[in-house]
Amino acid sequence: MSNPDARLTLDDVAPGQALPELAVDVCATTVVLGALASRDWRPMHHDKDFAQQRNGVRDIFLNTPNLAAWYERYISDWTGPTGRLGRMQFRMRDSIFPGDRMVFRGAVESVSTDDVGCGWAELTLRVSVDDRVCTECRARVALPCTASDNPWRRQGTDWRP
Amino acid sequence: MSELPEQVREWIGQRRYEQAGEFEVERGYIFTSCASVENGNPLFWDEAVARRLTGGWIAPPTMLSVWFRPHAWAPDRTGTEQPLQVHFDLKEQLGLPEAVMTDNTLVFGAPVRPGDRLVTWQVLRSVSEPKRTKLGLGRFWVIDVESVNQRGDWVGTETYTGFGYRRDS
Repeated sequence: MSNPDARLTLDDVAPGQALPELAVDVCATTVVLGALASRDWRPMHHDKDFAQQRNGVRDIFLNTPNLAAWYERYISDWTGPTGRLGRMQFRMRDSIFPGDRMVFRGAVESVSTDDVGCGWAELTLRVSVDDRVCTECRARVALPCTASDNPWRRQGTDWRP
Repeated sequence: MSELPEQVREWIGQRRYEQAGEFEVERGYIFTSCASVENGNPLFWDEAVARRLTGGWIAPPTMLSVWFRPHAWAPDRTGTEQPLQVHFDLKEQLGLPEAVMTDNTLVFGAPVRPGDRLVTWQVLRSVSEPKRTKLGLGRFWVIDVESVNQRGDWVGTETYTGFGYRRDS
């Protein structure tokens, strides 16, 4: 869980650095709660018969907006509250079903400072179930350049996600 | 199936379905979202931290699409509203009964705050030639959803890649 006192700064990270692993046991409640939390009423996220008969999959599965929320939680657990998400791109490769143990892993791909002095870490992330990679994600997150810096104060042309 | 209908070609690049969110951004739903992924980031739970870092409460950035997804029912609503209507228009126009989302890009602007009322619109960017995948025969399409707040500040853009298909019999 995100530490309120965590203040990961740009100096703390380097290319190749791994993020701590996060494992989550998915159950039907995980899927349904995630769908309702993202106001996704489509039946393949709560109706097993529909998922099997119409989508041709074995069960209900996690929806895309909720997976984005899982990725956000994974990233902010690492950065602490001063980390500010700028961009997130992910690809669904396979579905995640009740009974799966999904494991988040990630690494820092690069670190940079933009023209207006904002520090950025580019991350490569993925969620796997056993040996199956279910989603891959690239994220760009702003980190404080110093202990007194705060990316959340950036606005307008000073914010370049 | 190889010919793209004229109407679908016209939709490409067109700004469609501009609408204000059905409801204001509210903390109750922020808690529901955080609970669904066990997100303990103090920005959403600790007012002192939120005030110090973000000038008050904000919503998790990835909740962007939540704020324009309609409730499942409303007393004065006629017909079924869909949150990503261009996606459903494409399914219908192209005769592709099933669809999944394959890629999703989110770019975040000004923080979204409780009380905000967002305005969004959708733009179809492209539709592919017919493709066969393990799901069936269909087409990929790319849709942008742009969002601004009530002051016109850009709060984010979501880009969805969908695959509409017909299952192999």
